[in-house]
Amino acid sequence: MKSMLTVVVVDDHQMFRTGVRSELAGSVTIKGEADDVDTAVAVILEAEPDVVLLDVHLPGGGGAEVVRRVHQRAPDRRFLALSVSDAAEDVIGVIRAGARGYVTKNITGPELVDAIRRVAEGDAVFSPRLAGFVLDAFAGTIEVAQVDEDLDRLTEREREVMRLIARGYAYKEVAKELFISIKTVETHVSSVLRKLQLSSRHELTRWASDRRLI
Amino acid sequence: MIGGVAAGLAEHLALDVFWVRLAFVAATFVHTFFGVVVYIALWRLLPQGDTDVTEQPAGLASATRRGLRTPGRSSRLVRSDLGQVLALGALGLGIVLLQQQLGWGLGSGVLWPLVIAVAGLALVWRQADEAQRERWAGNSPDVPILGLLLGTGGWAVLIRLGLGALMIATALAVIIAQSQGIDTLGPIAVGTVLALLGLGLLLGPWIHRLGRDLAAERRERVRSQERADMAAHLHDSVLQTLALLQRHAGDPRTVARLARRQERELRDWLYADAAPDGETLRAALASVAAEVEDLHDVTVEVVGVGDVPMSDAVGAMVRAAREAMVNAAKHSAAGHVDVYAETAGSTVEVFVRDRGAGFDPDAIVEGRLGIRQSIYARMDRHGGKAVIRSAPGEGTEVRLSMTLSDRDEESGR
Repeated sequence: MKSMLTVVVVDDHQMFRTGVRSELAGSVTIKGEADDVDTAVAVILEAEPDVVLLDVHLPGGGGAEVVRRVHQRAPDRRFLALSVSDAAEDVIGVIRAGARGYVTKNITGPELVDAIRRVAEGDAVFSPRLAGFVLDAFAGTIEVAQVDEDLDRLTEREREVMRLIARGYAYKEVAKELFISIKTVETHVSSVLRKLQLSSRHELTRWASDRRLI
Repeated sequence: MIGGVAAGLAEHLALDVFWVRLAFVAATFVHTFFGVVVYIALWRLLPQGDTDVTEQPAGLASATRRGLRTPGRSSRLVRSDLGQVLALGALGLGIVLLQQQLGWGLGSGVLWPLVIAVAGLALVWRQADEAQRERWAGNSPDVPILGLLLGTGGWAVLIRLGLGALMIATALAVIIAQSQGIDTLGPIAVGTVLALLGLGLLLGPWIHRLGRDLAAERRERVRSQERADMAAHLHDSVLQTLALLQRHAGDPRTVARLARRQERELRDWLYADAAPDGETLRAALASVAAEVEDLHDVTVEVVGVGDVPMSDAVGAMVRAAREAMVNAAKHSAAGHVDVYAETAGSTVEVFVRDRGAGFDPDAIVEGRLGIRQSIYARMDRHGGKAVIRSAPGEGTEVRLSMTLSDRDEESGR
């Protein structure tokens, strides 16, 4: 646990990569950089970092494509998606492809380090905006006859956690608000992530099929 | 059914497509060819709808074009009205047969070849249309001349095309064979005319498509001009901001504010799902948040789930939320405010939260008009509720909630 986390930064903007490098210096080790899908796949497979910081929009097919191709060879690689775009379908697309979290590029340095650590430990990282998308996608009632009922709806607790995150609460604050442990919050968020990736809900499949994810 | 004329007309007349189709079938039997002629004429004359090109926000469209994301495939292949078409076809066939029985129709020597020919033609024309649609979707690069009729469909298409041509040829042969028995001069004339006719029909789709491609090209040119205008506008605004940033380089607050404003503008243009200012709760909150950002040097992030159209009550809520944002910006010393709006059924909730200084809500002095008048009283007046949670050092959260009556929802629509 003492050794520093290793990270590969994938982004097609040199300026952003430099910025991240200087912000993360001292907190994590940057093992490589890449600026398009092909190099990214090669660098990631070579460097085997704990976490990949991945831009959603990338020459060669976008971040989702990188996740898909790396996961074919190394299914355990962990990705944290970063984007300025905030377009629901792209964010959901990259999460559905297998990224474990999403943050916006204007996140502060310490927050980013925290998010990287969380993803490295196998937890999920949701920004308020992603939580909002999730609530939107899982909103409303759906046919009871739906096959994967479990995957297609959030439990009351998961919904509460998502709402608090959407309201700007950090995990710690969510835990305090709901009188549960941080670990439990993390469990709920991970389970939401799983549903997000596996559910066949109409709203999600529409986003996903737009990205040719299924 | 073939060119989507019925559907287009139905859309224009705001009728269900079924009735239009029925009208076409009916028209066909007022005079045998009337309906068909009208259909083909309309096919040529009606402007093609723009449904082929799905509108995307500029940012996404550009990212797609530059290959920064994986674009979606067109999913127009689902034809929910196939059953309806079949039913109408059967109905039409039934009426034709009825006419035959009653002796009003054509001689059976002509009818059956005609039926076969029509079916063959349908196959060929249908193919032409589909090949073109695929090109429109921009999936295939320019198709060579031979490929024009074939499109990109491969063997299935070839077979379909061959079958169509074969059916037409059969029909022609039958007619020629029949007419030869009656007249000795006729066959040559009829044969020539029919051959030309057949050739024309075969080439028809191709010529027809050339015309339409020309139109498509024209439209594309108009569109790229629009894009150029937008890009110019964009560059102006961004360049302006950059110039301002340089002049204010020594003043971090101004720099942050300018950058934030420019970011918002760009983001709106690139990624907005385009609810025009102030017409729905979320749009109104977003524009209020922008105002507060500009006036008070904070960032306000608005996240929304569900939405409602504006009404008096929703408007009051937005104003109360604005007051809460302003308070957070002015008094909390936090640089960031989170706003979350959720609409579920007729219940609307808005949360405004900061992680700033906080205060003791029980100790609000009478003098602080903001909270009393603008938040509590305003929500009260419209049947809503405001709850403020805060403690010194723990930040503040203002929770506004309201159950909209039917009347509110009506007046908003």
